[in-house]
Amino acid sequence: MNGKQYWRSLGQRRESAEFRQWLEREFPEQASEWTGSRRTLLRLMAASFGLAGLTACRRPAERILPAGRGVEGYVPGRPLYYATIMTLSGLATGLLVETHEGRPTKIEGNPEHPSSRGAATAFAQAAILSLYDPDRSRSVLRQGRRSSWEELAGFLRSHFEAAGRGEGLWLVSSAIGSPSLARLKALLLEKHPRAHWIEYEPLGREQELEGSRLAFGRALQPQFRFDQAEVILSLDADFLGLDCLAPAWITAFARRRRVSSPSDGMNRLYVVETAYSLTGAMADHRRRARPSEIPALAQELARELGLAASLPVVQPGAPRSWAEAVARDLKRHRGRCLVLAGPRQPAAVHALAHWINHALGNVGRTVYYTEPAVRTQAERLHDLAAEAASGGLRTLVILGGNPAYNAPAELDFAALMRKASVSIHLGPEADETAALASWHVPEAHFLESWGDGRALDGTASIQQPLIEPLFGGKTAAELVALIAGYPRQRAYELAHEYWTAQWPKGDAERIWRRSLHDGVIPETAFPEIRPAPDVPRLRSLSAAPPPAGAELEVTFLPSASTYDGRFANNGWLQEAPEPVTKLTWDNAALISPATARRLGLQAGDLATLERAGRRIVMPVWIQPGHADGAVSLTLGYGRLRCGRVGRGVGHNAYPLRLSGAAPEAAALRLSKLGRKYPLAVTQEHHSMEGRPLVREATLEQFRRQPDVAARQGPKTEPFSLFREHAYTQGHQWGMAVDLNACIGCNACLLACQAENNIPIVGKQQVRRGREMHWIRLDRYYAGGEDDPQVVWQPVACQQCEMAPCETVCPVAATNHSPEGLNDMTYNRCIGTRYCANNCPYKVRRFNFLDYHKGLEEVQKMAYNPDVTVRMRGVMEKCTYCVQRIEEKKIQAKAEGRPLRDGEILTACQQTCPAEAIVFGDLNDPESRVSRLKRDPRNYSLLGELNTRPRTSYLLKLRNPNPEMESLESS
Amino acid sequence: MPLPFTRSADRNLRIFFSAFLLIITGSITLFSFYSRPQATEIGYSPVQPVPYSHKLHAGNLGMDCRYCHTGVEQSAQAGVPAAEICMNCHARVKSQSPLLAKVRESYQSGRPVPWVRIHRLPDYVHFNHQAHVLAGVSCVTCHGRVDQMAEVRQVAPLSMAWCLDCHRDPAPFLRPRELVTRLDWQPERDPRELGGELMAARGIRPPLNCSGCHR
Amino acid sequence: MATVSSSTESALVLGRPSLAEVTRTVAGIVERRTPRAWWAAFALTGSLTLVLLAMLGYLVTTGIGVWGNNSPVGWAFDITNFVFWIGIGHAGTLISAILYLFRQRWRTSINRFAEAMTLFAVACAAIFPMFHVGRPWRAYWLFPAPNAWLDLWPNFRSPLIWDVFAVSTYGTVSLLFWYVGLIPDLATLRDRAQSRARQVIYGVLSLGWRGSARHWNHYEMAYLLLAGLSTPLVLSVHSIVSFDFAVSLLPGWHTTIFPPYFVAGAIFSGFAMVVTLMVVARQAFGLQHLVTMKHLENMNKVMLATGLIVGYAYGVEFFIAWYSGNPYERFAFVNRALGPYSWAYWIMVGANVLAPQCFWFRRLRTSVPAMFAISILVNIGMWFERFVIIVSSLHRDFLPSAWGMFRPTWVDLLTLAGSFGLFLTLFLLFVRFLPLISMSEVKGMMAAREGA
Repeated sequence: MNGKQYWRSLGQRRESAEFRQWLEREFPEQASEWTGSRRTLLRLMAASFGLAGLTACRRPAERILPAGRGVEGYVPGRPLYYATIMTLSGLATGLLVETHEGRPTKIEGNPEHPSSRGAATAFAQAAILSLYDPDRSRSVLRQGRRSSWEELAGFLRSHFEAAGRGEGLWLVSSAIGSPSLARLKALLLEKHPRAHWIEYEPLGREQELEGSRLAFGRALQPQFRFDQAEVILSLDADFLGLDCLAPAWITAFARRRRVSSPSDGMNRLYVVETAYSLTGAMADHRRRARPSEIPALAQELARELGLAASLPVVQPGAPRSWAEAVARDLKRHRGRCLVLAGPRQPAAVHALAHWINHALGNVGRTVYYTEPAVRTQAERLHDLAAEAASGGLRTLVILGGNPAYNAPAELDFAALMRKASVSIHLGPEADETAALASWHVPEAHFLESWGDGRALDGTASIQQPLIEPLFGGKTAAELVALIAGYPRQRAYELAHEYWTAQWPKGDAERIWRRSLHDGVIPETAFPEIRPAPDVPRLRSLSAAPPPAGAELEVTFLPSASTYDGRFANNGWLQEAPEPVTKLTWDNAALISPATARRLGLQAGDLATLERAGRRIVMPVWIQPGHADGAVSLTLGYGRLRCGRVGRGVGHNAYPLRLSGAAPEAAALRLSKLGRKYPLAVTQEHHSMEGRPLVREATLEQFRRQPDVAARQGPKTEPFSLFREHAYTQGHQWGMAVDLNACIGCNACLLACQAENNIPIVGKQQVRRGREMHWIRLDRYYAGGEDDPQVVWQPVACQQCEMAPCETVCPVAATNHSPEGLNDMTYNRCIGTRYCANNCPYKVRRFNFLDYHKGLEEVQKMAYNPDVTVRMRGVMEKCTYCVQRIEEKKIQAKAEGRPLRDGEILTACQQTCPAEAIVFGDLNDPESRVSRLKRDPRNYSLLGELNTRPRTSYLLKLRNPNPEMESLESS
Repeated sequence: MPLPFTRSADRNLRIFFSAFLLIITGSITLFSFYSRPQATEIGYSPVQPVPYSHKLHAGNLGMDCRYCHTGVEQSAQAGVPAAEICMNCHARVKSQSPLLAKVRESYQSGRPVPWVRIHRLPDYVHFNHQAHVLAGVSCVTCHGRVDQMAEVRQVAPLSMAWCLDCHRDPAPFLRPRELVTRLDWQPERDPRELGGELMAARGIRPPLNCSGCHR
Repeated sequence: MATVSSSTESALVLGRPSLAEVTRTVAGIVERRTPRAWWAAFALTGSLTLVLLAMLGYLVTTGIGVWGNNSPVGWAFDITNFVFWIGIGHAGTLISAILYLFRQRWRTSINRFAEAMTLFAVACAAIFPMFHVGRPWRAYWLFPAPNAWLDLWPNFRSPLIWDVFAVSTYGTVSLLFWYVGLIPDLATLRDRAQSRARQVIYGVLSLGWRGSARHWNHYEMAYLLLAGLSTPLVLSVHSIVSFDFAVSLLPGWHTTIFPPYFVAGAIFSGFAMVVTLMVVARQAFGLQHLVTMKHLENMNKVMLATGLIVGYAYGVEFFIAWYSGNPYERFAFVNRALGPYSWAYWIMVGANVLAPQCFWFRRLRTSVPAMFAISILVNIGMWFERFVIIVSSLHRDFLPSAWGMFRPTWVDLLTLAGSFGLFLTLFLLFVRFLPLISMSEVKGMMAAREGA
C-alpha cells in the first residue's frame, strides 16, 4: 500500500451506479469476502475450533466471493486512503480515512488541512465506531411509525404549498459551516421570507463573538497563533482540551515546549479556571477560581495593565498580587503574549481579552481577526418560544442536533415542540427530539455522505463519502433542498454544483478533483481583518458582578466522552477515561476537597442539586484542584432516548442549565442524598508515592543541571543473570514520549483502540479493573490535595529488551523479535496471566470474557483486518503497531529501497496532536528517536529494574514565573 | 466358598494389564499420526461451482497466473478473478457453453461466483503474497503444479512447521523474480547456490519471530 | 534403653491388644455395614463436589471473568488454592518417607492415613493450574509434547513448566508409595472377605500377595526404595512451587527465603490437616488405642516446630525488606501489614504464629478439643498465607497508577468450598473401603516388641 491513495477515477467513484450498488449490496456478504473481513467472521469459529481442541479436524467448506465485476484500480487486500472532513459544531477538521474492501476502518488527520495538520482528535478517531453503530435510526419515521423518504417528499410538497410565504415556519439547525448549505438556507429563506432559521449549538460560542462586538463593534473570530506566543494567559479557556477548535492549536502550542538543550526557550502558560482541565494541567501557573471570580480577575488585570482605570473596583478578596505579577509578565512580552477567554465567560471578559491583546500589540502577531466561520444564536430560541406561546408556530424543522435534550432548561423545548402542528427532525438516531417530532429522518454519517465545510480559519473542504449510507440516511442539505423545492436533490449534486460554480468554467472539474485529493479547497481561508477597538465603549464596560454570597456556584462543562451528548452511544468514547478524573461510563458533580469536607460529602455520594426551582440527582466526585465553593457539572449524559450503549448512562445536567450571559454564576443548592452510586474509575491511586516515575523539573533547574532527569532516578548498576542479547543487526525499534508535550488528551488511546481492534468491556468490567486499553494514560497529582499540579504519562508496553514477561510464559507465547519487539502471539497464548503478574508496568491486558461476543455484522465491519481479533482467555498488549511496521517493510522491499525514518508511524504517534510520541529505528543514529534518546531529558521508566525498556520518556518541564513562587508558597 | 482365583489368575492379570497398556499407547500413536496436517490437509480438493480447469488454462493454453490472480504482486492476497476477467475471453470463446452459465450470470448480475476456498490459513496468520512473490518464491512452492491439475487440490500442509522449514532455510526455494509464475522451471545449477546468491543480492531474511506472521 | 523404647512403644499401642484384635478393629471398619453418619457426611461432601464441577463448567464455558481476578491481580483464589492444597499434600510423604527412613516408629499407625490425604490433596491441587488458564482446552501445551502443526516446545525457563514436572512426579510417586504400602493389607481384606465381589476386587488389587518370605523381602525393599525416592520430593515440590513467585521480580515475591519457608509451611499445614482429620476419624471408628495421644502429641510438636520456622520467615521477610533498602520491597511489606489487605495478614500471623504457641503446654498439646481447634486455625492461617503472598503483592506493585483491588466473586468462594468437597469425598471413600491404618506395620511393630 503506497502511502495515501486517492481517487483513481472520479467518474467511476461518482457516477457508476453499479459500484454503489455493489458496495451497498455486498455489505452483508462482504464479511465472507477476502481475508480481511473473513477474520472478523471466523473469530467465533476459532473459539469453537479451540474447544474442539483439534484444529486438524476436517474443515467446513468456506467460500471466496469475488466481485462480479472488478472495480477499476482497486486491488483486494490493499487499503485505500481518501481525504474528507469531520464537522463538529459547524467547524471542520480534515481527515484521511483508510478503507479496506470498501469499509472505512481507520481515521487519521489530514496533514494538508490547516486545522488538523495530520492530527485527529479522540472524537474523530471514534467516529468509525459511530458509523457502524447498529442503533442508528434506519428509516424515516412518521409519528414513530415506519415511513419512507418518498412519502416525506410528497407530504412536504403539499405542506409547503400551503405554507405560502413561510408563516409559522421555524427551522432550528446545528451550526452551519458548510457554504453550500448556507446557500440553500438563503434560497429557502428567499422562497419563504416569513420563515425563521436559528442556528443552535448547546456548546455555542456566542459570548466570544458578542465580546468582539463589544470591543470592535462587529462580530469577529479571533484566530490564535500559539506558536508565536511566549506568554499565554487563559481565562477559563480550555484551548488544549474541549474548547479546542482545531487540533493544530495543540500542535502549535506544543512546539513552543520542545526543549532539547539548556539554551532552548519555552513558553509560559497561566490558567485561571474552575474545574481541572487539560489546559490547567499544562499550566505553569494555575489559579483555581469560582466562576464569578474570573471576570473580576480579568478586570483586575486590565487595571494593572493601565487600561481600565475607570472600571469598578472588584470586590475584596480579588487576587491583586497574582494579577499584578501576570500583568508584569505580559508587559515584558509585548507582541509575544496572548490572552484568551473561554466560551463559558461572559462577553465582557472576551471584550477585555480583545482589548488587552490590542493594547499589548498582540493583534496581527499572536492573534488576528477574521469573519466568524459559524454564528450560532442560542438567544433566538426565546423568540421561537414566544412564537410558540402565541400559537404562531406551525412548522418546526430541526436539522440535526437534539434540542429537546440540550436546549436551555427554561425554554421547556419538549412542550414547545408539541405546540407545532408539524415537526420534522433530522438526526442520526431516534433521540429525545425525534420522539416528539411528527417526522424523523435518519441523518447520514459524515463518512457516508457528500458535503462541505469550513475550518475555523475559513479554509473550505469537500466532505467526500467512503461508503454508501448504511441505513439510507440523508443530509441536512438534501432535506433543505427538498423543503425549498430545489431542482437538484442529491447531496453530491448540491455540493458539486455549488463549488464548480465558484470556479472558472474550464478547470472547475480539475480544481474539484484537486480539492478532493488534497482535502482542502485552495484560496478559501478568510482574509485577515484589522479592527480598531471601541475604547470609550470598553471603558464603560464592566464584567457582570457575581450574585452576592452565592453558597455554591455552578459551571457546565462539555464531556470528553459525549461532547454535548451526541456521542453518548459510542462505546469507545464512553469507556475512554475522562482525562483528569479517570471516570468512565459516567459523569459526576465535581467539587473540591475542601467543599466536600464542608458539605460532608465523599466521592460517590449521591446528591440532589437544585437551581432556580429545578433539581437533578447526581453523584459527586472530589476533584483535587477544583475551586472551592463551586460545582462543575459535565453535560452530555443521562440520555434516555439513545442507543443501547448510551441509554441511561450517567446523569443529565441540562435541566439545570439556563441560558443568558453567564448562567454559571447563578447559585446552586446541593444536598446529600445519603445513598452511594457506583462509579467506574480506571485509576484509583493518584500519588507517585515518591517514586521517580514522572520526572519533572523547572526550566531553571534543567538549565542549571541538564542531567536532572538522571539525577532524579536511583543510582544503580543493574546486571543480568541471563545472557544478554546484542541488538545491533537490522532495525531496532524504539519510542520516546515527551512528557513536556503530552497534554493527556486520550487521542492516542482511541487511535490505538481503533487500529488494534481493542474491545469495549463495559462499566461493570471497568469497575472490576479489566479495561482493555493498550495505552494507559497515567495521571498523577503533585502537591497538596487542595491545589495540586497534574502530570501525565502515557504507558503502553515498553518493549523491554530484558522482558520479565518472556521468561515466565510457560508456552513461549511472548518472545523477543530480532528487531527488539516483545512479540505477543495470541494463538499460542493459553492465558496463565503469569506474564501480566510479572510485568512491572502492568500494561498487559487479559481477555477475561469474550468481549467481542454478540456483535452484529455491521459492527464487525469496523475491525482492522491487519490485526487479529483476540478471543476469550488470551493476553494482549501494545505491539508498536507491528502490522504497520511489517506493511512498510514489505512496501520498502517491493520498491527496492531502505525504510525512511518517520515512514512507519504507530497509530498513537500519527494522531498525537502534540507530537509527543516519536517512534523509529534506534540503529539509525540520525533517526529522530535516536536523537531524542540522546537528549539529556531522556530517561527510562523503572530503568533500575534492568528491564531495558525500548520506550523512554523525556523529562517534564515547567516554566514558572520566578516572582510568583513567593506568592504561591504563601 | 471356593477361592476366586485359579492358578492362572496371575498370568491372566499380567496379560490383561499389558494388553490394556498396548491399546492405549497404540491408539494415541495412530491418532497423532493421522491428525498430522500432512494427513488431514494435503489432497483437499472440493468440487467448485464452475468446473474451471487450471490444467487447460495455465497448462495447455499457457496463461500466466497473474492474468487472473492480479493482486499477487501488489497485495497480500493473490485475489480470485472477477467474472469480468473470465468474460474478457469467454465473451467470444465458448460464449454459449452451459458450463460457463454461472460465470455469465455473475457478470450480468454482478453477484459473485461462490468459489470454494482450498488454501486456507487461520485468522491469526497474516500471509502476504506480495512479499513472497517479490522475494522470488514461486507459486509452485506452495500450490504445486497447478498447471497440471484439472481440479486444484492442496499439495502442502500449510502448517507452521512447514512454513518454518522454508523460513529457516529459504535458499533452495528461491528463483529470479520474473520466473515465479513459471511452474515448470528448473534451475540449471544447484538451487541452493542460486538461492544463496539471490538472498545476498536482495537481502532476503525471512522472519523467524512470531510477529512475522502473527499480529 | 530397652525399657525406654518399650515404654515409648507401649504408648503407641494401648491396652496390649492381640494381633488378631488389631486386624479385627481395622478391617472391621471396612467390613461393617456402612454407618448412617457416613452416608450423611458423604451426601454433604458429595454435593459440594458437584458444586465444584458446576463452577468449573461455568468457568470453562464463560471465561476467567467469572472469578474476581483482574489487572493487576492476575492470580488470586486459583493459585492460592493450588499452593494451599499442594502444601496439605506434604505431611503424607514426610511421615511415610522421612520418618520411615529415620525409623520413627510412631509413624506406623498414621502414615497410611496421611499418604491417602496427600494423594487427595494433590488431586485437588492439580485442578487449579489446569483450570486457571484462560483456554483450558489448550492446557496440554504445558506438557512437552512435540507437535506436528507447530513444531513448538514449552518454555523450559518458566517456573510453571517446572511445576508441571514437580507436581506430576510427586503425584505419581506418592500414589505408588501408598499403593505398595497397601498391598499386604489388601490381601488381609481379601482373605477375610465374605462376598465374592470383595474377594475379587481386593484380590486383584492385592496382586496375588501371599505373604511368603520372598514377598515380604521384595516388599520391604520396594518400600525402602520408594521412601528414598520420595524423600527429596518432599523438599523439591514446594521449593519449585515457591519458584513461581521467587523467580519473578515482583516485590513480595522476589525472595530467596521462599523455598525453605514454603516447605516448612507445607509440612506445617499438612500436619494440621492430618490432626484435624485424625482426631475425627479415631473418635468415629474407636481407634484410640491404635492412634494414641502419643501420636497426636508428636504431630503437635512438629506443628509447633514448623510453626516457629514459618513465624521466623515472616519476621525475616520484613527485616530483609528493610535491610535491602529497596523502596518497592519496603512498601510491599508495609502494605502487607497496614494496607487494605492487612486483615488477611493479621489473620495469617494470628493463626500460624500465635495459635501453635499453645502447644508449649502439655495440657493443650494433649487435649483433643484444643488441638482440633488449633489445627483448624492453622489450616485457615495457611490458606491466608498464600492469599497474602499472592494478592497483597500483586495488587500494589511498581506503578501506583496500575494499583487495584481484588474482590472474590461467589464463583471464587464456591470453587474453594467445592475443592474441600472433593477432598473430603475422596477421603470418606478411602476410610470406607480401605484400611485407614496400616495393619501389617502396626502388627509388625507389636511383633517386634513381643520379640524384645
